[in-house]
Amino acid sequence: MSTSPRKQNNREKPLNRRNFLKKTWAALGILAGLEFTGAGIAFLWSNKEKTPAGDRSKLLSVGAVSDFALNSVTPFRPGRLYICRLEDGGFLAISLKCSHLGCSVSWDASSGKFVCPCHSSSFDKLGNVLSPPAPRALDIFPVFIQNGEVLVNTGKPVKRQRFIKSQAVYA
Amino acid sequence: MAELLDKSKQDSSADSQEQKFGLKSLILHLHPRRVPQAALELTHTWGLGGMAALLVAIQFVTGLLLRFVYAPFPGKAFDSIIMLQNEVLFGQFVRNIHHWSAIFLLTVTFLHLLRVFFTGAFHRPRQFNWIIGCSLLFTVIASNFTGYLLPWDQLAYWAITVSTGMLEYLPVAGAQLREAVLGGPEVGAATLLIFYNLHTSILPLILLLLMLLHFWRIRKARGVIIPQKSANEANDYVAVYPNLIVKELVVALVLLAALLTLSAIFNAPLQAKANPYFSPNPAKAPWYFQGFQELLLHFHPLFAVLVIPFAAIVAMLAIPYLRYDAEPTGIWFISGRGRKMGLISAAIALVFTPLAILVDEYIISPSAALAAFPGYIIKGVIPLSFLLFFIAALYYLAKKKFAATRNEAVQTVFIFILTGFLILTATSVGFRWEGMRLAWPW
Ligand code: HEM
Ligand code: FES
Repeated sequence: MSTSPRKQNNREKPLNRRNFLKKTWAALGILAGLEFTGAGIAFLWSNKEKTPAGDRSKLLSVGAVSDFALNSVTPFRPGRLYICRLEDGGFLAISLKCSHLGCSVSWDASSGKFVCPCHSSSFDKLGNVLSPPAPRALDIFPVFIQNGEVLVNTGKPVKRQRFIKSQAVYA
Repeated sequence: MAELLDKSKQDSSADSQEQKFGLKSLILHLHPRRVPQAALELTHTWGLGGMAALLVAIQFVTGLLLRFVYAPFPGKAFDSIIMLQNEVLFGQFVRNIHHWSAIFLLTVTFLHLLRVFFTGAFHRPRQFNWIIGCSLLFTVIASNFTGYLLPWDQLAYWAITVSTGMLEYLPVAGAQLREAVLGGPEVGAATLLIFYNLHTSILPLILLLLMLLHFWRIRKARGVIIPQKSANEANDYVAVYPNLIVKELVVALVLLAALLTLSAIFNAPLQAKANPYFSPNPAKAPWYFQGFQELLLHFHPLFAVLVIPFAAIVAMLAIPYLRYDAEPTGIWFISGRGRKMGLISAAIALVFTPLAILVDEYIISPSAALAAFPGYIIKGVIPLSFLLFFIAALYYLAKKKFAATRNEAVQTVFIFILTGFLILTATSVGFRWEGMRLAWPW
């Protein structure tokens, strides 16, 4: 009790030498703390910089155009995708990652559907949702066709609500 | 009298022996010299906090052993667990202990939180320790979650895939957040390294610091809350040793015996090696997140992943800072009235929650009308308003009909939400099978 008025006094004292030094130390301490934090963040960030979203592009050759029959769905495991060739010859590279929570869908040839084992979403050949809980169509990867070879950029999944004609790529 | 003398002799001889190793002084350092008789009643705290501390110690010891064998790389992790189980002496046993103790720890921590809540031990001067306690719970959950991935089997791989998949539903930066957590677009080598690092160094460190803070705050509050009845009667203080220490040791030994027996009989699960091309059916989040996974089946993701969990966490942290109109009694469930209202509230939730799940599963979700309205209305705003209205009605009923104090009314609402959450979790764990369809577990 008896010490508290004194403390109060102390606090209200104007900037003297002792106070000034104290504040300087505190400021330096905070500065040092910030430097370490900054260095830490930079450290963790640089690891990410090596693989920024844009730089992840990875062109994979999945085969020749003629390898894919019209109206067919072919799994391409290394890229975790399916190559879907439409009836009119267009190509779609469909990600096997379910748009619900990320399980791997599989192609059920007998029913002509992609089905997700985790929570039983299903998708048609173009990746459109047939039954929820999946909220949107399966992602697609950009497809390029060069000299009769089908290339897929597996680093850049493209989100979409549903299939539209412009998504298909033609030789 | 002779007995007493005898005892004190024993005490002093034990004293001098243990003093040599400083063991007793270490244990005594965590305790005051004398404690109120009432704090020693087993049914007052059930020794849950002490159990949690012991389990953490067990996790540290077994975890440190596992680290000598485990290799945190996708190509090696699974094989190192197989090696651990088949070739290392007691390898399987140590893994089992770590596994079961992790589950015990989460359960005990949660029960401890319930004990603190229901005995009203979150009021001043223990408000801040409630916050520390919540942080401890979150850290234990995070430890369990990061540990779950390490065996790198199908169970691990897909549980982490599915639970982090929930993050993608967060608005604005959900996908980025998920990538940051995983260290890449999907669960892979970077994820394993991040989780391993969190699991075996960062989270244990945080846990240790929080525990120190926690114990310090307990000492500052002069020990655990004492039931008011006996606080009015002049409280008997007794020496902490042997009265409390011996009891603590008994609880510890019983727990340890149960844990070791369980670990000797039941092996920690290990499925086939993780295979990114093939998901098991069904793929479930770890059991402690399945309440949220169940929520995600019924609510629009924005509500299931963001609004409801966020509101729940805020409410949990706010509990000690609400304005209450009665002093804490330190008695379980506050009073006879509190107990009665709690029972009614639990019964309502017990009927209402399964009913809501069934109605949504078989009537609302399959209905064609759903497609005509935006999902966040039909599966978000409307059911949430309904729920909030229900809670408000419950609170009002408690206050008006039962003339409850605010402490009791808050407790009633807490019990309602708690029961609902437990039912959601049980539904997902026990009643969701192939394709996450509802079915009996037998
Ligand atoms: C808060 C305490 C801890 C909890 C709740 C916890 C939880 C877990 C869980 C659930 C697993 C998965 C193993 C399984 O059940 O199959 C695990 C694995 C593992 N933990 Fe911990 N742990 C804790 C502390 C530690 C510590 C302190 C270390 C080491 C310093 C450690 C090292 C490991 C290792 C190497 C594995 C992989 C081996 C295996 O899967 O059996 N843990 N942990
Ligand atoms: S992850 Fe595919 S339905 Fe849930």
